[in-house]
Amino acid sequence: MTAMFAVGDRVRVRRATPPGHVRTPWYVRGRTGVVERICGAFGNPEDLAYGRSGLPKRPLYRVRFSQRELWADYTGSPRDTVDVEIYEHWLEQ
Amino acid sequence: MAHQHSVGVDDEEPQGYYQLLATAVRELLIEKGVFTADDVRHAIEAIDAISPALGARVVARAWVDPAYKERLLGDGSAAVEELGIEMAGTNLVVVENTPEVHNLVVCTLCSCYPRALLGLPPAWYKSAAYRSRAVREPRAVLAEFGTGVEDGIEVRVHDSTADMRYLVLPMRPPGTEGMSEEELARLVSRDTMIGVARVAAPG
Repeated sequence: MTAMFAVGDRVRVRRATPPGHVRTPWYVRGRTGVVERICGAFGNPEDLAYGRSGLPKRPLYRVRFSQRELWADYTGSPRDTVDVEIYEHWLEQ
Repeated sequence: MAHQHSVGVDDEEPQGYYQLLATAVRELLIEKGVFTADDVRHAIEAIDAISPALGARVVARAWVDPAYKERLLGDGSAAVEELGIEMAGTNLVVVENTPEVHNLVVCTLCSCYPRALLGLPPAWYKSAAYRSRAVREPRAVLAEFGTGVEDGIEVRVHDSTADMRYLVLPMRPPGTEGMSEEELARLVSRDTMIGVARVAAPG
């Protein structure tokens, strides 16, 4: 598996709204985070949900976001974060 | 948060539409010979046999064996299988609570949960309230579970949006020196491995 991004890279989640089964949550679309780890390659859930093969497997990353940056009125600590698993085809530099 | 009943054949309440549908489909499949009623029983029993006690064993082992803990943090599923616990294709990521970081697990999209290790998730974990609030206001959710986290500690939420499943490795409480692995495992509850609670010191 060749991964486009490395741990520590700043990445932005594409602001897209495709139809069907998507596992990229709305609250991170268009937002920027840092790659925390490369999880490996897995079948594309957007195809698996419709009985298709999901192949070729896509690289999956855990991306860390700052809560203060995600939510305008976040009242917790500025240190707080959320780690989200995101597929490579949803990420850009 | 709204109380929800888990769906099951032992439920005494009137069956809803989807429960009746599930029963009808199951009985048709048995009639057609796709599987037997015994197959269904065994599958249910296999799921029921799994409980948070399995996760507690993993936590206790990590507490007493630093090398095991490193392996667990590096490859959760492989380390769990070392203890004879079957992970059946689960991609387990173990996240460690430290004096600097408190971890909390949620699946905002559905209810992904490390079932192979902890069994079935509690109803509150599957509720819309938990799933939306855990990422939005984790400290308020934690406070409602009786778990206060100081501002100087990072609250790190893990949203299981894809193929990983998460286990929180809670901190070993003080006053547990010299306890056996079995005694330590008995201190560890399900909620401490989801991250909404801390392991209480004994006595």
